[in-house]
Parts: sequence; C-alpha cells; structure tokens
Amino acid sequence: MSDVPEVPPEAAAPVVTPTRVVIAVCLFAPFVALLWVSSYAKTDPAFIGIPFFYWYQMLWVLVSTALTMTAYKLWQRDQRARHGGNR
Amino acid sequence: MNDGVNGVALGVFIFFFLAVTVLGFLAARWRRADNEQSLDEWGLGGRSFGTWVTWFLLGGDLYTAYTFVAVPAAVYAAGAAGFFAVPYTILVYPLIFTFLPRLWSVSHKHGYVTTSDFVRGRFGSKGLSLAVAVTGILATMPYIALQLVGIQAVLDVMGVGGSANSNWFVKDLPLLIAFAVLAAYTYSSGLRAPALIAFVKDGLIYLVITVAIIYIPIKLGGFHDIFSAAGAKFKAAGAGGLVPAPAGQWTYATLALGSALALFMYPHSITATLSSKSRNVIRRNTTILPLYSLMLGLLALLGFMAIAAGVKVTNGQLAIPQLFENMFPDWFAGVAFAAIGIGALVPAAIMSIAAANLFTRNIYKDFIKPDATPAQETKVSKIVSLLVKVGALAFVLTMDKTVAINFQLLGGIWILQTFPSLVGGLFTRWPHRWALLTGWATGMIYGTLAAYGVASPTQSHFGGSSKEIPGIGEIGYIGLTAFVLNVVVTVVLTFALKAFKAPEGVDETSPADYTADAGDPGVKEELPVIAGH
Repeated sequence: MSDVPEVPPEAAAPVVTPTRVVIAVCLFAPFVALLWVSSYAKTDPAFIGIPFFYWYQMLWVLVSTALTMTAYKLWQRDQRARHGGNR
Repeated sequence: MNDGVNGVALGVFIFFFLAVTVLGFLAARWRRADNEQSLDEWGLGGRSFGTWVTWFLLGGDLYTAYTFVAVPAAVYAAGAAGFFAVPYTILVYPLIFTFLPRLWSVSHKHGYVTTSDFVRGRFGSKGLSLAVAVTGILATMPYIALQLVGIQAVLDVMGVGGSANSNWFVKDLPLLIAFAVLAAYTYSSGLRAPALIAFVKDGLIYLVITVAIIYIPIKLGGFHDIFSAAGAKFKAAGAGGLVPAPAGQWTYATLALGSALALFMYPHSITATLSSKSRNVIRRNTTILPLYSLMLGLLALLGFMAIAAGVKVTNGQLAIPQLFENMFPDWFAGVAFAAIGIGALVPAAIMSIAAANLFTRNIYKDFIKPDATPAQETKVSKIVSLLVKVGALAFVLTMDKTVAINFQLLGGIWILQTFPSLVGGLFTRWPHRWALLTGWATGMIYGTLAAYGVASPTQSHFGGSSKEIPGIGEIGYIGLTAFVLNVVVTVVLTFALKAFKAPEGVDETSPADYTADAGDPGVKEELPVIAGH
C-alpha cells in the first residue's frame, strides 16, 4: 500500500517528496516483515519461555504502532506545510 | 459437561449484565441531538464521536466475543496456525490509515451512511451498489449468529442452558433473555448504546486478560512449562505445532493479508468509522488501535495455557471459558464470563445496525420507496435491525453451530470481493462499473465453490478456508485468491469496455471531496437530513 497523495494538484509542491517516501516506507514495512513468515517461523531464541515465533510478532505490534504514529506525525506536518497551518 | 450451576459466577455475571442493560437504555439520552428521527442520529450516533469513543467503539466492534473464544480455541487446536490473527490485526492499521480518511470525507460531504451509498454515488450504478449491500448483509448475519454462540458457550460452562436433559425452552431461556435485552436497547438507543457499553466491555476484557496472563502462568509453572506441554501435545497428536511448518507458511501469510483487507469491508466497521466527528479522529485511531492487537496476542496464548492446564473439551469453543472456570476463583470467573458475554452484545448491536442501514439505504430507498422521509428511513432501519437479530437467533437455535461457522468463513471470502469497488473507488474512477460488477461476481462464485470443495476430517464441505492456489501450487486463503481473480477480471474488462465506449455512469463526487475535513465549506458537523440525491 503506497501512500497516495491527497492534495489536489493546484498545490505547487511536488507530489513525491522525501517526507512522503518515509511515510510510505513506515506504512509498508509491517507487510514485508509479517508476510515473510519463514523469517520468523522458529522457536529460538525464546523470551521468558515464549518461543521466538510468538514474541517476535507481538513485538511487531509495538513496532508497527510506532511506525504508524511516525507516519501520522509526518503527514500532519506535510499537510500543515501545504495548507498554511490551518489543520 | 458441567456438574451443576456455578452460583457465584452466575451472580457476578448477572450483576454486570443488568448494569450494562441500564446503561444501554440511558444511552439514548447521551449527547442527544434535536433531529432524533434521522438515520444519522440512530444509525451513526449523530456522527459526533471523538477519538476515545471511536476507539472503544471500533475495538468493541472488531474484537468480538467470538474472537475471544475462537482465536485461543484455534491455538488450542492447531497451535501456531491459529496465531495468524496477530499479524492480521497488525496489517489492518497501515491499510486503513491510507483509505478510511478518504471514505470519511466523501461520506460526510455527500451524506453517505453506508459503503453502498458511496459506490452508487461514485460509479452511478445502482446494480453495483446493490451487490455491495447484499454482500454486506449476507456476510454480517452469520457474524451476529456467532456472537450468540459466544454467549451460549459462556452460559454452558456456567451450567445454565445448553444441557441436553432439559427441554428446549428451559435450555435456551437464558440466551433468549440476553437477546431480548440486546434487541430492546438497540431499538431505543441506536448506535449510542453499544458505544457506551463498549467502555464497560473493554474495561472488563483488559482486566481479565491482564489477570489471566499473569495469574495463570504462575499457577502453571511459567511459560516454559506451558509451551513444552503444548509442544508435547502437538507432537503426540501429529498435527499442529509451535511454529508453522514450511508448507503452512503460505497459508499463514495469505490468511493474515486476506483477513486484513477484508476487515474494513464489513459494514459494522464502516459504521463505527463514519460515526467519528472528524477525519483526524480516524488517523489518530489507527495509531492507538494496535493496543487491541497486543491484547489479542496475549489472549491467543491462553490456548496454550488451556493445553497445559489439561483442559479437555470436545467442542474447542469451550476451551477458554472452561480454562477460566478451572483456574480462577468463582467470583473472578464470573467477571471473565461477563466480559465475554458483554463482548458479544456490543458487536451484535453494531452489526445489526450496520446491516439495517444497508437494507434501508440501498434496498428499501433505492428500489422500494425512493421518496422515503428520514423518519421513515429510521423506522425501517429500527425494524430491520430487529429482524436481523431474530434471524440470527433462529439460526443459532435451529441449526448446528458449524453452519454458522461455515457461513462466517464464507462471509469473510465474500466481503473481500467488495474491496475493488470500495477502496478502488476511493482512489480512482478508472475501473468501469460493469467490470467491477463482473469481477465481484467472479470472486463470489469462485470463492463459494472453492470453499465448498474443502473437506476436513469432520466435514466433507466447508472444512476450512484454505486451498491450493491455482498456478502457484501452495496452499493459500481462498478469499485472497478470489480477490486476485476479481481484480484481474475487473482490469481486463475495463480495458475492453472502454474500448467499446460503454456508458460510464455519472460520478457525483469531485476530487476535493476526498480530502475535505470537518469545518471545510460544505462539510457540516451534523448533517441536517439526508435527502436523497
């Protein structure tokens, strides 16, 4: 899922900016990590007795939360820059 | 399965049940607006919910009693394969971050109450809108039925109802009472009732999970012992395991991705989203909703604890309620059962409202009575929400539970087929409406036939949701295969139809509609009436 620009073309700024690339990467990373099952389908190393397979995926809940939050903050900044700070 | 009624647990359960009933009726007065008779008020809570209410409402909606019973039950039965629910719910949020705000904006601008409203407005096609509405209703009904199955499981373990030796009326009486209460407050309070009750539900669920995840492992000797017991069981049974075998990895990934794509196609999740008061509420929510995924992961681990605790049930759905009954003191078991029971009421209410909105807006108003007033719309919606619940109840009482589960499985495959029209439509007007309709039909037919052909040790049809992917040879989620087929048909036919200059239909939306926010011109905080377009 790449990030699709939501700003009408009359905004002079380019559609693809470094910020937007970072946003897209933040949103896309969980798909790569979690759909690549063979990268984490193993029991070791265990964490407090929980096999790797389980704690790794639960760790990704936190990682993807952080990534989505970063994307949200960057998007807000991007929008403020374009709309002259009205949202 | 149980020796007598657990009085203390039942008492605690009834206490919480009464408390939320009172809350459900009081909800009608909560944030009430003047235009009580519009569908926006009853069916979307006046579109006035902020970040926290939306968070609870969405959480209450997506993480249902059935989830709480079924996910650990799957882990209990199959081990790692059942854990796909965790990556699935992680992938949902980046996905909705990209498309839901656009749906919110365009719906607010044009007064859309359902996804079908949007599809009709975007592609100018009542046929396509009808297809989306019917798919939504079909997929939601068995889901509601499963909520009632969840309540039944809890009542069963508490020793009330469900036992084979009493007559059918006594057996089903507790379920009938729970059902009547649910129906009554949904009718009178609309979406406000589940929104308010969701606070209680989530509070209880968090409490129960936190206690369970600390208390039960201590009693069982730590996670190490739990997982070795589980590993030993899977090895002895020769099925399942602590990590998915290489052959099961495609299934795991496709199930996670397909389910993530499907989740926000369900009418009830859209209802909860559209009830939020601004575009930002949705994005902010995608950053805090993953908290529920963490909870779901911990919950899934309870499946292993049930194995280690030596819980033996023939019906896997009873594994977790039985684990609570065995491990917790009676009063806390009652709290846990109340959490599951209320966890069934909230989504059942939202789902029936969502299905009723679809019927009213996209079947009743579009095809039966185009000049219906907002008051008439609300009235029809209220009655339909009642009928939908009665239907679900009849389903649960007369048919085998596996039928409800089969239909829910099919529902997931079906609802995914509305993705190209809805999400595709949010970003581009390029696909042709007839191509989308044909793609939808192809996906529906393929998905249904493929699921029909899956046999399991206990069933000759609808034995599972995975099958060999044609051309790849790996086992994958049928819904996702059908979805890919759907997209291919849509793209190919769109090229063909455009070449023949088939009429495109009128698009009543404009690009700026998709980015409008509360406060922008033309976007009202509260929509006055939804006069037809």
